Amino acid sequence: MSNVPNILTRPEFEASEIGKAVTSDVARKLTLFERISDMHSVRKLTILVLLVALWELYTRWSEVSPLILPRFSSTAYALYLAVAGEQLLIMVWNSVTVLIAGYIIGLVIATILTTAATTTRFGSDILSTLTAMLNPLPAIALLPLALLWFGLGADAIIFTLLHSVIWPVALNAHVGFMSVSETQRMVGRNYGLKGLIYVGKLLIPAAFPQILMGLKIGWAYAWRTLIAAELVFGGSISDTTETSGGLGWFIFANQMDLQIPHVFAGLFMVILVGVFVENVIFNFIENRTVRRWGMQAR
Amino acid sequence: MAKTQNSAAGGKPAAETIEPILNVDGVTLQYKTKEHLITATYRVGFDVFPADRFVLLGPSGCGKSTLLKGIAGYMKPVEGAIRLKGREISDPGPDRVMVFQEFDQLLPWKTVKQNITFALRNGKKTDNAAEADDIAMEYINKVKLTGFADTYPHMLSGGMKQRVAIARGMAMEPDVLLMDEPFAALDALTRLQMQKELLQLWEDTHFTVLFVTHSIEEALIVGSRILVLSPHPGQVKAELNAHHLNHDNVGQKGFADVQQRIHDMLFADRILEDEIQAADRA
Repeated sequence: MSNVPNILTRPEFEASEIGKAVTSDVARKLTLFERISDMHSVRKLTILVLLVALWELYTRWSEVSPLILPRFSSTAYALYLAVAGEQLLIMVWNSVTVLIAGYIIGLVIATILTTAATTTRFGSDILSTLTAMLNPLPAIALLPLALLWFGLGADAIIFTLLHSVIWPVALNAHVGFMSVSETQRMVGRNYGLKGLIYVGKLLIPAAFPQILMGLKIGWAYAWRTLIAAELVFGGSISDTTETSGGLGWFIFANQMDLQIPHVFAGLFMVILVGVFVENVIFNFIENRTVRRWGMQAR
Repeated sequence: MAKTQNSAAGGKPAAETIEPILNVDGVTLQYKTKEHLITATYRVGFDVFPADRFVLLGPSGCGKSTLLKGIAGYMKPVEGAIRLKGREISDPGPDRVMVFQEFDQLLPWKTVKQNITFALRNGKKTDNAAEADDIAMEYINKVKLTGFADTYPHMLSGGMKQRVAIARGMAMEPDVLLMDEPFAALDALTRLQMQKELLQLWEDTHFTVLFVTHSIEEALIVGSRILVLSPHPGQVKAELNAHHLNHDNVGQKGFADVQQRIHDMLFADRILEDEIQAADRA
């Protein structure tokens, strides 16, 4: 008992007036270096420049064969040539059109599946079973079957793309709809929303973070699948002119011709398109929607 | 005063000949959980008159929130009827706007003003965008959020969000404003402020409000008439007047007496339950 501290009673007081708070610096402008080094793009660009420098220096000094690892400068030059000769841009366009076709058809099918899953329990069971079964299957593994069913050509690639789009999109949208809070549902019904208007004005915006996440994952899967599929048979599509086939085929064909700088240039293009869609297009959508609304999932 | 007027059999001495705006008549509500069918309220009856600040008060488990959901039209009674202006309630509708406890009742993809115009236009209050804007701004001013009309809800504090929800509810000018523990998730100081503001708003237009709470003090401050419910299942224990009590009376004798009286009513139940459980065990 004796080592329990006692309460020390002290006199009360009230501040008669509260003075102005003064510290040395209430607000100080950051130095130029502080501001620049705080910019995301600057920091990332620095890393890129360092990597490129490292690459260039290594290939110059180590005398590694340019057939194994070409210099950065020759890769950049090959990229310039391929773009300037338009051949690469046409092939990128070939790839992107196939991708968009597959993506859109995939979205339509995913919408139908999600609608069924959200409105009926049977549909929900179908979706979860199919997703559990087919999601772990890499889309590219379906390519041999697709070739058998649809023959050589864009149809076979689109079929494999569907597989990589449908499951992540449908699954995420379904989870999104299911997790719309009961309160928000009741608010919607309180103001007389019913049927499709209820879905369009309440459920879709409320589930938008998950829907967008599904769209992003679906796109990323589709892009990887597309390049891989084109590597396999991009050049066999009917005509065999220089500019037929897509980006994957550009990489494969140049490897056959031992044009290694062009192979690297093709890989760069794959990265560039990927970065553009993810960091420009989807970022734009996110900034306009979920980030502005404070609804981002993470 | 006790259980003399249980199910509203019209036995109430009606003030003059005013018709009740809301009539809850012997309502039993049940809902299912995964394992049980739970009876939330059993033959509850009461009348709400225009300009009432009618409070449903009771401990958790007395079915007061369920009752409010029934009145809002989200649940159908298994017995009895709920009538709004003499018409039986079947669906949710904008003539009874609900203000929830949860902050996510505001649509996060709409600004403060858009949240209100969304309600006005979908609730068929007005079809005219400019008119909806005007009404929205009027109520935003009333709840003192003028500078925040174009702010998204995630930038607001809890108290501000509830103010927007109240503004949205009032802008609809419903027959009854239903409030389900709207201040329960706020800190004590903000809650006090919000209670005062709600009473000030009421002074302006004398709207009819049905207010659910489990705080005896809040019931006495906010309410003009209080329905005390007993738990498991909710049954009417008493209906008391509290129009003469507000913040100024807190701690005074009259206030403390009513507070004690309600406390005893609710506490008596608790003892009874303990006795029943003890008897069961014996």
